[in-house]
Amino acid sequence: MAYIFQQILNALQLGSIYALIALGYTMVYGILTMINFAHGDLFMVGAFFCFLIAVYLKLSFVPTLLLSVLGVACLGVVIERLAYKPLRNAPRVSAIITALGVGLFLENFTLALSPYPKHIPALIADKTWLIGSVSISSLQIIIIALSLSLMLVLDFIVQRTKAGMAMRAISWDKTVVPLMGVPVNKIISLTFAIGTGLGGAAGMMYGLAYPVIDPYMGIMVGWKAFISAVVGGIGNIRGAMIGGFILGSVEIMVAAFLPSTYRDFVAFTLLLILLIFRPYGILGKPNPQKV
Amino acid sequence: MPKLKAVYQTLLNKWYAVIAHRFFWPFFLIAGLLFSIAASSFDLIDLYVQLILIYVGINIILTISLNLINGYMGEFSIGHAGFMAIGAYIASLLTVNIFPPSAINFLFPVAVLAGGLGAALIGLLVAVPSFKTRGDYLAIVTLAFGMIVKSGIENIEAIGGPRGFLGMEKLTTLPWVFFWTVLSVWVIRNLVYSNFGRGVLSIREDEIASDLMSVNTRQVKVIVFVVSSFFAGIAGGLFAHALQYINPRMFDILKSTDILIMVYLGGIASIAGSIIGAVIYTILLEVLRPLGIWRMVFMPLMLVLLMIYRPRGIMGLREARLFVPLRDLLAVKFWKQKKKEADDAPA
Repeated sequence: MAYIFQQILNALQLGSIYALIALGYTMVYGILTMINFAHGDLFMVGAFFCFLIAVYLKLSFVPTLLLSVLGVACLGVVIERLAYKPLRNAPRVSAIITALGVGLFLENFTLALSPYPKHIPALIADKTWLIGSVSISSLQIIIIALSLSLMLVLDFIVQRTKAGMAMRAISWDKTVVPLMGVPVNKIISLTFAIGTGLGGAAGMMYGLAYPVIDPYMGIMVGWKAFISAVVGGIGNIRGAMIGGFILGSVEIMVAAFLPSTYRDFVAFTLLLILLIFRPYGILGKPNPQKV
Repeated sequence: MPKLKAVYQTLLNKWYAVIAHRFFWPFFLIAGLLFSIAASSFDLIDLYVQLILIYVGINIILTISLNLINGYMGEFSIGHAGFMAIGAYIASLLTVNIFPPSAINFLFPVAVLAGGLGAALIGLLVAVPSFKTRGDYLAIVTLAFGMIVKSGIENIEAIGGPRGFLGMEKLTTLPWVFFWTVLSVWVIRNLVYSNFGRGVLSIREDEIASDLMSVNTRQVKVIVFVVSSFFAGIAGGLFAHALQYINPRMFDILKSTDILIMVYLGGIASIAGSIIGAVIYTILLEVLRPLGIWRMVFMPLMLVLLMIYRPRGIMGLREARLFVPLRDLLAVKFWKQKKKEADDAPA
């Protein structure tokens, strides 16, 4: 029993990281109908910013988090302005290929600058509590609590503020909304900033939880977060959170009861089966084609 | 400057005359085959250059087969390396474990063919979800498929698991690569310009309309996926026997991204574009090798710039006259003439 609770805790930790990254995918998709394949690599850049700040500036946890989130958000906005904005009216596939290119660029640029895996120093004093026979570390609590609160803040921004209303309006209709006086470019930049900032936060937490970081770490995690976004229904913010937790728990459960090399195999097979029966994800709405 | 343009025009017309000659294709094929046989058996060219040429051929097969799905049919498949892996493993298992070593040279094409057929069989399975899902969701299905293949191979201990598989002889020679490349170009070109191929294009333009025009969209999708994965499997078999070592990580998402880049660099829905894209990408990667890791920084940057300034790639949605059938050329000529007559006639 305790084993199961322990695994649930691990699943929550992994799932909240996936959910944070998936939010970035889904927000950008919702507003631009474009899959930002560079997002997984922005997550990696977040972990590297955290490493740089923690090692060279020797700041503590909170300033490191703020600075790396800010840095990744700025990078996200710059990428959007330079690479994606010229392609807003181009065929959708060219935007996707550009995103793949940006992602490869980030990976290889980081690899060229830092060829060896890096080790993030522990920024949080490691404390472990035992409840029954379930052990909870301070890091786990911080990761889960921080991700959940970030998600709540995001949900508040999107549902309750004026900027959030503008975001939802743009994803609803892109031609009419600018006529209503909504500054589309600013809102898109804001979306990118929030989405990639969340990815950066996830990168930092991932780096703290699994301390060895390398330039290719964003690929697999990024694709998995993308899959979570799709499982939840891409473009749907609450769906992305649910999808992240589902994928995280599936992976942890598979690793708990089967050899851990089967983790990816089972996770992706489940995804395929889900997509065959529910092609639009869990919360996504089917998009019937009009003739 | 006008003079240069006139020279270019005459050269272009000469080239059109050459490719329209009925001996052009037989001559090109025989010359290419003879050259490749001579080059590989008498060491006319450097072994390193030969290896690059082999990679160029394999990449052309991969690019052109992916272009069938992504360019002509307008779906977005990101799992092409998965099919390649299946072909590579089946062909290698056959040549290493099953076929007698004495007759291996004669049985090599059978092994490659078996790899292709195995990949085609799996392609059939992947085609089924494409009936219901389109666009991004189909992209996920293919992505997940690629990862399942990689992860599945890693878990089969009998074929080496994550350590990979080795023991193949170097059976992929320049003549074989030439043969399979020409075969794939020929098959896909004829497929695209056939009646069936027009159905494929109509799915890209509007699936519902093409369904209403009595295109059997399900059948078309299945056949396109099967043909495309067949050639990916062939390329995998050739790749395994050129490198003489394969492991599952070679066929991960980065390999699929490579193929995608070649497709979109050359241009979608274009045979000439696929060839140009594969040749440029492969050769550029080799030429820039002295730059070390920085070449991997410049390549994606180049791709991004290309997409911004030329979003459809080099030959996107256009075709070199070399690959257009005479029937279509005559039709274009006829309609141009008609339009000219109509324009000249007083209203």
